[in-house]
Amino acid sequence: MSSKLRILVPVKRVIDFAIKPRINKTGTGVETKGVKFSINPFCDIALEESLRLREKNADLVENIHAVSIGPTKAQDILRIALAKGADDSTLIETGDVEVEPLQVAKMIKKVVDENQSNLVILGKQAIDDDSNQTGQMLAGLLNWPQATNASNVEVKGDEVYVTREVDGGEDILKAKLPMVITTDLRLNEPRYASLQNIMKAKKKPLKKLKVSDLGFDVENKLEVLKIEEPSTRKAGVKLYHVIDFSDFLFFFFV
Amino acid sequence: MASYIAKRLFSSSRVRLDTLALVEGINNGVNPASLSTITAATEIGEPVTAIVLGSNGQEVAEAVAKTEGVSKVLVAKDSKYDHYLAEEVSPLLKQIIQDGKFTHFFTAGSSVGKSILPRLGAILDVQPVSEITKVVNSNTFVRPIYAGNALATVQSKDSIILASVRASAFPPAEVGSATAPIEPVTQTVESGNRTEFVSEQLVKSERPELGSATRVVAGGRGLKNKETFESLVDPLATKLNAAIGASRAAVDSGFCDNSLQVGQTGKIVAPDLYIAVGISGAIQHLAGMKDSKVIVAINKDADAPIFNVADIGLVGDLNEVIPELTSKL
Repeated sequence: MSSKLRILVPVKRVIDFAIKPRINKTGTGVETKGVKFSINPFCDIALEESLRLREKNADLVENIHAVSIGPTKAQDILRIALAKGADDSTLIETGDVEVEPLQVAKMIKKVVDENQSNLVILGKQAIDDDSNQTGQMLAGLLNWPQATNASNVEVKGDEVYVTREVDGGEDILKAKLPMVITTDLRLNEPRYASLQNIMKAKKKPLKKLKVSDLGFDVENKLEVLKIEEPSTRKAGVKLYHVIDFSDFLFFFFV
Repeated sequence: MASYIAKRLFSSSRVRLDTLALVEGINNGVNPASLSTITAATEIGEPVTAIVLGSNGQEVAEAVAKTEGVSKVLVAKDSKYDHYLAEEVSPLLKQIIQDGKFTHFFTAGSSVGKSILPRLGAILDVQPVSEITKVVNSNTFVRPIYAGNALATVQSKDSIILASVRASAFPPAEVGSATAPIEPVTQTVESGNRTEFVSEQLVKSERPELGSATRVVAGGRGLKNKETFESLVDPLATKLNAAIGASRAAVDSGFCDNSLQVGQTGKIVAPDLYIAVGISGAIQHLAGMKDSKVIVAINKDADAPIFNVADIGLVGDLNEVIPELTSKL
């Protein structure tokens, strides 16, 4: 295989990370009307990493393709990805149905095949469903190496070294391309898209597909029976003197 | 003799409807998160078979065999499983699940579990359930979404149920005098793995492990620098025999190691006592600690959101308050 990278970056449109989601009245999901949506922060990091790979290594990266699976409005985040530096993009429209990671992974696999991608960089999890599954599933479907929770990525020839954040510290894995990497927070600090580049991005390719174009029938295997608020905590007390405070701690815990 | 025959029947001729639980070893013992996984697995109501992997599998298996609720232990004693590479482990688990007709597979929501479970799901064509906090019945579970701001009750339509378990939501299974039989794994699987483990750097600590500690002292941006973090948080944690945690801001600013981050994308903890020092209480941090039994917050900003979840809040300057508090305990 040629060692030129054809990177695929899947990006998800999610409720902005700073917003506290509200559960809808029917208890079937969260309120999305009038709520700010953004690119999932981990996807943003994945995109940034692919851009940096191109900037750090002349001629290493042949193409960076962004893909999103979701409602028509997800094209907004693809435009942002293009403005930041992705070359082209695909939107797979699924309407308002929330598609499960396994289905998403199967759809991304189709895009991998079509684009002949040899490196897929994804966020480690979407901050809405918090599944942390899609990257690993895609690697499983492709039978490619996977490196999750990456905090550093180095390409040496056709080998990729990935430092991963694991429970007790970190470890380093290496694999030959093609492979799948999922990004942790510490990998990089994503850039902002300039207004000029946002304007230019409007001319970059954004291919729209329907799920049916891929020969897919979205059938979720997990049925959501209900969504509810977690129990709220009772209001606590505020103290202003260490002496009262230490008495409390001493009484209960020492 | 009778018990021998019963054991033989149990292990080989019965059509099983068991739960398989992946148990991770840690220093030849059992990872506490795996003990919580066993508790969750027993709630399915079927016998629980534990599977242990790696070259020190025998030692770990002997520890697991003593755990209440485990009816059998399988050991795949092979160095190729030492670092729990998902590429090696998933195909083996697939084979064992299919050969053994297991209906459920549980793993801890650890970094190992999170890496393996979805890959296993993909090759079995099953949609796993991540980080369950409650077993409603054999195919219905509760799991937090949106950084713990909502709880979803989900029912799986898959014939094999795969799930990871949020350790802080289930008590660890008791290690007692049980004596489950230990059997070697007979399957060998050609994984086609192309990933190699290069090295690891683990943080050495005498303190309790963050994920399973009963007390946690966590520091945030308010500590200003690494020196203050160490001079204020460490002694307080030592006095309380607590694990040390941190907010993302503290980790990003280099006050402490990444592996100490508590929150949506770091560790999820639920100790008896959580002391948040100089932590404002962003949604993402609260996601990792708001199920603690007692939350104590120390912050000079009386309006910090952390005070909304704290049972006891102390408003004051950390540099004065913490040393005073530490000396009084």
